[in-house]
Amino acid sequence: MIGSLDSNVPPGSMGDKWTQHKFDMKLVAPGNRRRFDVIVIGSGLAGASAAATLGEQGYNVKVFTYHDTPRRAHSIAAQGGINAAKNYKSDGDSVHRLFYDTVKGGDFRSREANVHRLAEVSLDIVDQSVAQGVPFAREYGGLLENRSFGGAQVSRTFYARGQTGQQLLLGAYQQMMNQVHAGSIQLHTRSEMLDLVVKDGAACGVIVRDLVTGDVTRHSAHAVLLCTGGYGNVFYLSTNAKYSNASATWRAHRRGALFANPCFTQIHPTCIPASDEFQSKLTLMSESLRNDGRIWVPTNPDETRSPDLIPEDERDYFLERKYPSFGNLVPRDVASRNAKTMVDEGKGVGPLKNGVYLDFAEARDRIGASTVYERYSNLFDMYQRITDEDPTKVPMRIYPAVHYTMGGLWVDYHLMSNVPGLFVLGEANFSDHGANRLGASALMQGLADGYFVISYTLANYLADHLGNQPVPLDDPVFNEAQQSVDDRMKRLLSIGGTKSVDHYHRELGKIMWTYCGMARDKAGLETALREIPALREDFWLNLRVLGDGPMNQSLERAGRVADLLELGELMVRDALDREESCGGHFREESQTPEGEALRRDDEYSYVAAWEWGGVGAAPQLHKEPLTFDSVHLSQRSYK
Amino acid sequence: MHVKLHVWRQAGPTTPGTMETYDAPGISEEMSFLEMLDVVNERLNADGQEPIAFEHDCREGICGSCGMMINGQAHGPQRGTATCQLHMRKFQDGAEIFIEPWRAAAFPVLKDLIVDRSAFDRIVESGGYITAPTGAAPDANLTLIPKEVADAAMDAAACIGCGACVAACPNSAGQLFTAAKINHLNLLPQGQAERYTRVQKMVDTMEEFFGSCTNHGECQEACPKDISIDFIAYMNRDYVKAQLKNRKLLSQD
Ligand SMILES: Cc1cc2nc3c(=O)[nH]c(=O)nc-3n(C[C@H](O)[C@H](O)[C@H](O)COP(=O)(O)OP(=O)(O)OC[C@H]3O[C@@H](n4cnc5c(N)ncnc54)[C@H](O)[C@@H]3O)c2cc1C
Ligand code: FES
Repeated sequence: MIGSLDSNVPPGSMGDKWTQHKFDMKLVAPGNRRRFDVIVIGSGLAGASAAATLGEQGYNVKVFTYHDTPRRAHSIAAQGGINAAKNYKSDGDSVHRLFYDTVKGGDFRSREANVHRLAEVSLDIVDQSVAQGVPFAREYGGLLENRSFGGAQVSRTFYARGQTGQQLLLGAYQQMMNQVHAGSIQLHTRSEMLDLVVKDGAACGVIVRDLVTGDVTRHSAHAVLLCTGGYGNVFYLSTNAKYSNASATWRAHRRGALFANPCFTQIHPTCIPASDEFQSKLTLMSESLRNDGRIWVPTNPDETRSPDLIPEDERDYFLERKYPSFGNLVPRDVASRNAKTMVDEGKGVGPLKNGVYLDFAEARDRIGASTVYERYSNLFDMYQRITDEDPTKVPMRIYPAVHYTMGGLWVDYHLMSNVPGLFVLGEANFSDHGANRLGASALMQGLADGYFVISYTLANYLADHLGNQPVPLDDPVFNEAQQSVDDRMKRLLSIGGTKSVDHYHRELGKIMWTYCGMARDKAGLETALREIPALREDFWLNLRVLGDGPMNQSLERAGRVADLLELGELMVRDALDREESCGGHFREESQTPEGEALRRDDEYSYVAAWEWGGVGAAPQLHKEPLTFDSVHLSQRSYK
Repeated sequence: MHVKLHVWRQAGPTTPGTMETYDAPGISEEMSFLEMLDVVNERLNADGQEPIAFEHDCREGICGSCGMMINGQAHGPQRGTATCQLHMRKFQDGAEIFIEPWRAAAFPVLKDLIVDRSAFDRIVESGGYITAPTGAAPDANLTLIPKEVADAAMDAAACIGCGACVAACPNSAGQLFTAAKINHLNLLPQGQAERYTRVQKMVDTMEEFFGSCTNHGECQEACPKDISIDFIAYMNRDYVKAQLKNRKLLSQD
């Protein structure tokens, strides 16, 4: 049983909390740091930045990633950019404004103090990245270029062509490899964490499988950092990389860590619509495109002409019409829901009528075709490869797709979960984005956590453990954990059914998208709550995993999908529990007369943190109440 | 479409491999190459045969995971395109397609189409970074970087580390990858302090693993990110200078 949730937010005024707290927290002296072993799972932006920083400071760091090289983490795919409140454009940005925008954009479901800290350290992230050699876009005079990004009314987004995530990850990876070279980091690639080991309530190590040799090994440490990314792939079709999965956080959840706000998923408005059943993933077209592209559908649902032949007065620029002040730049959830409405009304475009147009004609006339192309070249090329259409000539077709998960393991202000010694960073935690994440803020958060928060808060935790030895590897807790990992793999291999892992993953995805996607209602969620357990049961009876060699991709995927089959159920339960609409969570039952999301602050101003209750059993809900002292609670309006 | 695949199957690093033939009817032109393989794998699984192992992750040409020789070409027939971005519409109905792993001594096969590319990490580890510990950075706008310089660095930094350059090279040389990594940093003002030690260490490490470059230029042709072989020339120039510079420094001892 878990007692009350303490967020450990320090006292003081919002603007001073973090500064004062950095002074108040305990330190570990440089000479003592090498007496601490720290395990970092994941080497995306959050993991690589954390590992590099802790390695530099002198801790013994072990990094595990299932990728063949840290450079391939899902972070690499981020396109649009990273926010920082530098106000280099003097257009009214400030730490307070970034803080304000993030709390409001998150629809008042995030923890204010965390968000303020994030806005504060955003300044340092850009400095750090530039020092490493991240080639951000520059103006001709040599200063950094900025753009405005999805829903922001200031230009605070830094970018490196359409490859910002790649460049930031390379920066963090290189900084980490410097420490691998220096010997402070031991790097284990193609190594998947399959369980968390807990002794006397505290995290003390992990069980890892080498994906090449198949060897299962035990690793002990004073603290474990999960930097394992999000769980958008529970929907099967998403913009996430194919390997992205939730097993690390889910295994930790089963070992006692609370899972917070699991139903908060972000559906990104600008993705390429699916073309058929065989579709294996969806491709994002960065929303920076919305700066120059105008979104519309034909007013006539039976329109058959090619888009350039449709006259202006037979087009509905629905975002500009409904939201005159934000227009095409409304936040993601609003843009997505409106596109869905159009498609549901039969106004969709494309062969399957499952998209809306994103048109660059106006920008082409305004700034010239070559400038438009230069701004978005890699996106345009990517689009053309996939669809065989040239977006400089015909409008793109776009449709919303699952993109990001705001939910994740519950953490306090120190990024520590309710399991002492278990820290959670990056997309894997729940803390900063509330019910909806603003564009270009995930990269910022991952790097904030890794570069500028964890080294302070981890030291504060470790300081009390000086002189303690890590739990020995032959301790019963390690035996038990390894046994359960071995048993589970044997079980997966021996089901001997007929259906593939992909089959189950796709089926789960369909249930999630239909009932727990862009719009949710009680009846649908209850259907999902019947269908998911049935599918899970079928999985354990009829799955077929072939192969007897140590390297076995089907086996890897089977374990991950088995976990998603449990997580999906929790998401549905959470969505059912939250009878309000907020951010990416839209409950049909809770909307304004105009069809906008209606929040119910009196009843739902809390973080829903769920405690594992066993397979198929009801989890227990713990609530962390949210208070808003610095940003005035208001219904969002982007009219 | 109906295609016939000849695929390299190899159970493990030390077992010998063979080409196996698979008939693949009912393929849609809209499928990506990897989606076609997904379909083939689903059918294999249903027939009780182990699916073909291959690497892929982002499926949008940025992570560098995918990579296979398709009809003898690294990443297949479409220029500037990674395997995952290749679509079946680039093939004729009835085509025979040969699919093999990267072939290079530095990239041993682990299973089927999966190879071990960790030699690339060893090159980066040896010096492919700017030493900038967290917290010590000056304001980002303190150093002006002309747009052209930032753009050139970005051209090099666009490398996704897939290994196609090595696979395409008759000598299995690692020059294009190494040059991309070096030039990304060496072109930037922040990279100047370690410029010559960087090139020295990285080139020396590269030579431990990879063959030598004899200017075939196949690497540039195969690169899904169109990285230019000019970067190899810049790398060589810096390497020559590094010999002199470092010697000069030594002589001052
Ligand atoms: C297409 C796309 C575009 C995006 N664009 C932007 C953007 O422009 N701006 C923005 O701010 N955000 C963007 N995002 C979101 C952002 O990229 C991610 O939220 C962020 O990069 C996540 O970083 P991370 O470090 O938390 O996790 P990841 O990068 O997902 O890294 C996870 C790491 O954990 C490892 N791992 C996971 N599980 C295990 C395990 N069990 N054992 C061992 N290792 C494990 C993986 O190997 C990997 O190294 C985008 C996302 C997508 C999908
Ligand atoms: S799968 Fe990422 S580049 Fe092809």
